[in-house]
Amino acid sequence: MKINNIGYLLKEGVRGIFLHGFMSFAAVCVTVACLIIVGSFSILAYNLDVMVNDLNQTSEILVYIDSDLSDAEARSIGTKINALSNVLQATFISREEALESFVKDHNGDSAFNGVQASDLRHRYEVTLEDNTLMDQTDAQLQQIPGVAKTNAAYELAQGFTTIQQVLHIVSIAMIAVLLVISLLIISNTVKLAMYDRRDEIFIMKMVGATNGFIRLPFIVEGFTLGMIGAVLAFGLEWVAYDALVQKISHVDALKLFTFVPFENLLVPMLIVFGAAGLFVGIVGSWTSIRKFMDV
Amino acid sequence: MIEFTDVVKCYEQGNRALNGVSMRIDDGEFCFLVGPSGSGKSTIIKLITGELKPTSGSVHVNSFFLERIRKREIPMLRRTVGVVFQDFRLIPNMTVYDNVAFAMRVIGARESEIRERVPYVLELVGLENKASRHPGEMSGGEQQRLAIARALVNNPSTIIADEPTGNLDPARSFEIMSLLQEINNLGTTVLVVTHEKNLVELFAKRVIAIDEGYVVSDGREGYYGNEN
Ligand SMILES: Nc1ncnc2c1ncn2[C@@H]1O[C@H](COP(=O)(O)OP(=O)(O)O)[C@@H](O)[C@H]1O
Ligand SMILES: [Mg+2]
Repeated sequence: MKINNIGYLLKEGVRGIFLHGFMSFAAVCVTVACLIIVGSFSILAYNLDVMVNDLNQTSEILVYIDSDLSDAEARSIGTKINALSNVLQATFISREEALESFVKDHNGDSAFNGVQASDLRHRYEVTLEDNTLMDQTDAQLQQIPGVAKTNAAYELAQGFTTIQQVLHIVSIAMIAVLLVISLLIISNTVKLAMYDRRDEIFIMKMVGATNGFIRLPFIVEGFTLGMIGAVLAFGLEWVAYDALVQKISHVDALKLFTFVPFENLLVPMLIVFGAAGLFVGIVGSWTSIRKFMDV
Repeated sequence: MIEFTDVVKCYEQGNRALNGVSMRIDDGEFCFLVGPSGSGKSTIIKLITGELKPTSGSVHVNSFFLERIRKREIPMLRRTVGVVFQDFRLIPNMTVYDNVAFAMRVIGARESEIRERVPYVLELVGLENKASRHPGEMSGGEQQRLAIARALVNNPSTIIADEPTGNLDPARSFEIMSLLQEINNLGTTVLVVTHEKNLVELFAKRVIAIDEGYVVSDGREGYYGNEN
């Protein structure tokens, strides 16, 4: 293809947008609406996931140290615990600290008056990176010399893990459904736009334009419109999300919820919106032009 | 050159539009194609442009054999045949100039060629002063002249017109036919489908008459001439 042809194809693609202003406008609006719906749902799902994950992180394994070991020996076991790959954090709690919190917990209960620090064990509170592997890590912890016994919060962890898994499945399914619906709506809009121009395509065919020459300006046009839609949707999503997070952070009843700032989502959102806009623009115009090319 | 040999065309629904048409139009000829509505005239045009494939028989157009043409050769065939329609088929939101230039741009012509060629054909059809108008601002006769300019701009060896005067009054029809004759005088083969008995008699060219998918007469004395 000659250079001056490439110039023509690009120019023609951009010209088409203005020549058919209303249909272009409609296609961009539909793309923006669909992307914002899909995007908002994805962000919501992501935030829920982060929140459940944070809660899950609080479930831990208590590791009790053999009472025969000296204080120094007990403390040195921490390095071995931290060396396990799934361990997020191991916090040492000495007998004395344990007693303090024990007394606090059972404040005023005379039945526990006689409890001494020496009756308790040194221990570690171990949080995990991945709670689904809790039983394996638990077993590894028990292998460490000097560990007397462990106490893992299996049920809590499993509960959170189940919630997380259900959340994943539901959000992936919802996002898939929303994407399919969006694609259908967008491709119908593009088809309508193409229908508007069937005469133009027919004339191109009749004067002997090759299929590549007919298709390319439409692809350029679809690409441009898709990118415009993606950028607009991205900007609107950003502004709306920030405003919402601002509002929620001022409501006391909702303090429990922490939202990931949009800035942290910038790159993935940009990639997803860009890819979706690109895909919709190019695939949309490619598939809907085929119908009119068959002359 | 256009040559049909025993051409049969059946549409999907089983309609036989052509029942073994044979005819030959040599380079440089001017020829009318006449016949009642539904007799198969448009089917012949569409076989020439490669919009349809013959069910059997052979269609030979300017060194292309349509019964066995490959899909990617069809654009090359169409560059040798300019087509004019009854309903003009202009692009309403392009200027007169761009409607013609468009036909060159979409086959990859250079902008310098376009700037030279478009004014030439606009002058040939008498629209040199309307280059910046839009089709909607022009009369039917002017719109059809614009369509002829577009058909001519890529310098095809053949022009075919399917009822080009069907939407025009008699005076405009005469102008269009005269223009096509002028184009023929410049060396282009011209095939015109028409209903206009008066014009066919006035121009006294070769007339091929079709009825129910058969060629029923072919000669200079004309189909309508035979009736009288
Ligand atoms: N696309 C089509 N599908 C089925 N039948 C058709 C189609 N186009 C034309 N025909 C039939 O073929 C015959 C010839 O049509 P056509 O060539 O358009 O005639 P004309 O142009 O002489 O009026 C008619 O009987 C018409 O009904
Ligand atoms: Mg017809």
